[in-house]
Amino acid sequence: MSYLAELFVMAMTAIFIQNFVLSRFLGLCPYLGVSKKLDSAIGMGMAVIFVMTMASAFTFLINKYLLLRFDIVYLQTIAFILTIAALVQFVEMVIQKNAPALYKSLGVYLPLITTNCAVLGVAILNTGAMRSDGVTPYNFLDSVLNGFFSGVGFTVVLLAMAGIRMRLEMVELPRSMKGMPIALILAGIMALAFYGFMGFKI
Amino acid sequence: MLTIVILQSTFSAIGIPVIVIGALGLAFGLILAFAAKVFEVKIDPRVEAIISALPGANCGACGLAGCAGYADKIVHGGEAVNKCAPGGAAVAATIAKIMGVSAEAMQQKVAVIHCSSGGKDNTRWKYHYDGVSSCKAAVNVAGGPNSCSWGCLGLNDCQAACMFDAISVDANGMRVIDYEKCTACGACVRACPRQLIMLIPINRNVYIKCSSKEKGPDAKAVCGSTHPCIGCGICSRKCPVQAITVKDNLARIDYDKCINCGLCATVCPTKAIQDLLAGCRKKAEINPEACIGCTICAKVCPVTAISGELKQVHTVDKDTCIGCEQCVAKCPKKAIEMV
Repeated sequence: MSYLAELFVMAMTAIFIQNFVLSRFLGLCPYLGVSKKLDSAIGMGMAVIFVMTMASAFTFLINKYLLLRFDIVYLQTIAFILTIAALVQFVEMVIQKNAPALYKSLGVYLPLITTNCAVLGVAILNTGAMRSDGVTPYNFLDSVLNGFFSGVGFTVVLLAMAGIRMRLEMVELPRSMKGMPIALILAGIMALAFYGFMGFKI
Repeated sequence: MLTIVILQSTFSAIGIPVIVIGALGLAFGLILAFAAKVFEVKIDPRVEAIISALPGANCGACGLAGCAGYADKIVHGGEAVNKCAPGGAAVAATIAKIMGVSAEAMQQKVAVIHCSSGGKDNTRWKYHYDGVSSCKAAVNVAGGPNSCSWGCLGLNDCQAACMFDAISVDANGMRVIDYEKCTACGACVRACPRQLIMLIPINRNVYIKCSSKEKGPDAKAVCGSTHPCIGCGICSRKCPVQAITVKDNLARIDYDKCINCGLCATVCPTKAIQDLLAGCRKKAEINPEACIGCTICAKVCPVTAISGELKQVHTVDKDTCIGCEQCVAKCPKKAIEMV
């Protein structure tokens, strides 16, 4: 299979079939918390894409050259959280200094995702992930791209959720269903819809 | 020999992970400490001081995105210190102190709804609206459910927008603005799809409660409260200080000129002008012992209620006096009192 086809499979898997939010159930906190308004959802989505891509790159290196080298893979979670937290802090400082405009739109969301389970999830899943032939483990580029596509998948679902919730604001609901209850029902229906993608074999 | 093996295995089981993770943490810590120095962004301490002085409602009355944005603009953009409506004069003074400038007193304002219709039995309906309960939605359905296309729809978008609980709805379904709670943040002004709400100085008590730009007969035909402004211009001609202008069949008061006399409310043929002080205005009375007969009061009186010769004691005609207090302010001897 050519690399482009491989990429297509990876993207479809990360965005639809194995969506981080709706089929892996990771990153549910921002999914419900930051989906009230479309513009903040966009900000959060961009921050997640950015951090997931960066985290995939760095954790791949940490995993390959430290954890596997010294045979301490069981410390993966601690090492990855440490890496991601430090990375996000560092990136936050850099963009605050060099790109104030970007910091204003992204900055407030960055600290929120330092210990986000979706970011940690993509890092851990990358270490065990295989290409579609089932034997070749992900290399550096695969990991980074998988992180990127997973972030895109998260953003797609977050934007869809925000769009629907903004419309729900206009609907008359029983008082007990307003706010979080209807959001959870909505999340359930969306997860069912995405479950349909699992039947696809690419 | 055995001890060495045990020591070695202990080291590889405990020592290596500790060293690797410890080194990793140390490295990241050093990088972050270094980065904090290199990429340090100096935040002006005044910005933080101003943010803590502001009410934190993020209402946007200052015209900027939230309190933090306003604080930043004051320090870096030279914004005026008295733009915070909810905070009022007290906050303006605090910010002025932080910035080391003098605060110009801010004119406190309140929101006033410029329509006398919109309740259950003072609105003329075109059709029964049963859609989403929001003025913004209703206004799009065939030009709104009420006959007057300028008037209040009565679906309380302004009440929903109010962050300070200042707007309540009475038994008739009319909105009542609590002047004590209103901070003039302008949220309701922006929420009203028909632009019926305006911010008006709190010490002014005369409002034209209509926004219709229809011609007189048309305005009368559609108004459910029978108090439309028909643009006749009588108020404009009677106003002693020329504060009222009629444009597009609608009278509007210039509150920089208005002296609160309420004369317009008494002459309006459709009673479209509301005068909160009507009936409780005091009349001027000249203390004959203090009066020196300078004629200044007679000259400033907009309704010529004061008469008297030069160097003679002046008198006020109580029936003509409208209680505008113009003469009180001008009298050099402080001889005039409102009773």
